[in-house]
Amino acid sequence: MARSNKPMVWSLFAAGGTVAAFVMPVLILLTIMAGYGQLTDSLGYEGMKSFASGWMGKLFLLVVIVTCLWHAAHRARTALHGLGLRADKAVAVIGYGVASLGSLLAVFYLLRI
Amino acid sequence: MTQRTVELSILRYRPEEDDKPWFQTYQVPCDEDWVVLDAINYVKDHLDGSLSYRWSCHMAVCGSCSMMINGDPALSCKTFIRDLPEGQVRIEPLANFPIERDLVVVMDDFMEKLQRVKPYLIRSTEKPLEEGQHLQSPAELKKFKQYTLCINCACCYSACPQYALIPEFIGPAALTLAHRYNQDSRDQGRDEREDVVASNEGIWDCSFAGACSDVCPKHVDPASAVQQMKIASTVDWFMRRLGLGGGKS
Amino acid sequence: MSRKPYVREISHTTWYLARRRDLLHMAQEVTFLFIGIYTIMLLWGVKALSEGPGAYQVFLDALGSPLVIAFNWITFVIMLYHSISWFSVTPKAMPVQIGEEFLPGGIIAAGHYIAWVVVSAVIYYLAGGFNG
Repeated sequence: MARSNKPMVWSLFAAGGTVAAFVMPVLILLTIMAGYGQLTDSLGYEGMKSFASGWMGKLFLLVVIVTCLWHAAHRARTALHGLGLRADKAVAVIGYGVASLGSLLAVFYLLRI
Repeated sequence: MTQRTVELSILRYRPEEDDKPWFQTYQVPCDEDWVVLDAINYVKDHLDGSLSYRWSCHMAVCGSCSMMINGDPALSCKTFIRDLPEGQVRIEPLANFPIERDLVVVMDDFMEKLQRVKPYLIRSTEKPLEEGQHLQSPAELKKFKQYTLCINCACCYSACPQYALIPEFIGPAALTLAHRYNQDSRDQGRDEREDVVASNEGIWDCSFAGACSDVCPKHVDPASAVQQMKIASTVDWFMRRLGLGGGKS
Repeated sequence: MSRKPYVREISHTTWYLARRRDLLHMAQEVTFLFIGIYTIMLLWGVKALSEGPGAYQVFLDALGSPLVIAFNWITFVIMLYHSISWFSVTPKAMPVQIGEEFLPGGIIAAGHYIAWVVVSAVIYYLAGGFNG
């Protein structure tokens, strides 16, 4: 029996789960508040641009987006298998593909801010 | 001693007569302090001698009498009749195993997997007899003691959704047994077990549903053992890729 | 006596409906959709931010639509549950042995909860949430 390469994606899954556990609730709350038109100073264009211009802001956004995408992708694999879909290879390729694309796009867009 | 008549609905299967299993009901007068095993023994002794089932110690240490009681895997000697809801008690053989006869299941797969993880002390350097015994501190013992308590009842395999869907999955008890030895200070065989443990059919088929720990009658907490191995194996995997070797965790 | 073991088949698509524990587990697994979509929403926000005030306003307006607000509230509740269950299992995966005894899981979990509150408060503060 060969040793699996799952640790590669599982470490991202675990990182994503941890990051999500700590920051997702407050981030979603802020997103809702932005949707209600609140906190226009900090969540408006100027505020967010200055936050994301610094390297710390970029790093924070990058870590959140990348780890949570991979967390969702890996969980999608077990979820769909549990729902009866027997196409693990396809689900993995599509899921991790979306996560990879999203990660690259995040880097690309963050660098342009 | 007050008595209460309980209706047992037991899944029967006689390979020489039946094509598929079927339920048979029995009315059993139960004493207040009876466990399900007592009720089943009453059936065997007074109502239907043809009923087949495994049991031995009647005190939750041998692991023989595991079966499905009202849809959940449990030891019948540890499940009190008075704790069950009113109405019919549904008894079936342990889930996820083929039925041999009545409540007796084929345990071969479970047995094979226990052996596959090399559940014995493995030394890379044998300690010469003159040096005496392996000394182990209380702290070192405590590190793996909990995982030695498994009585091989296989309730965890019945509860595990992954074992139900993926028969190749090595399963909670076998993986926990590997962890028991990996954590033992006298053992040097973690790397040898890793090929089995860290395979796709090993820890990586576990989805951390936690059902195994929920049903374990000895509170071994197999789920925690598997998660600890996932972390150790992941660290191991990265260390090897980075050329830093990867040994005992 | 010949043997004829009987294998009980289970449905791959509906197995989890039989027990509450399994149903809850599958419900938790399915939450990947919510966290995935929300993260893509964040990514879209970053994209909009990089394209200028006009694009970012479009993004903000979309955040205000009833569908998105509803989705975010649902995702908020789901992620609260995620945090609670994540912190409750972390002590099991990373036991801390001090001397002979293991640190009680409750203490490790409590530490996580405290850190969670602190991190959330800091982020909320930095976003101006406490400025009324």
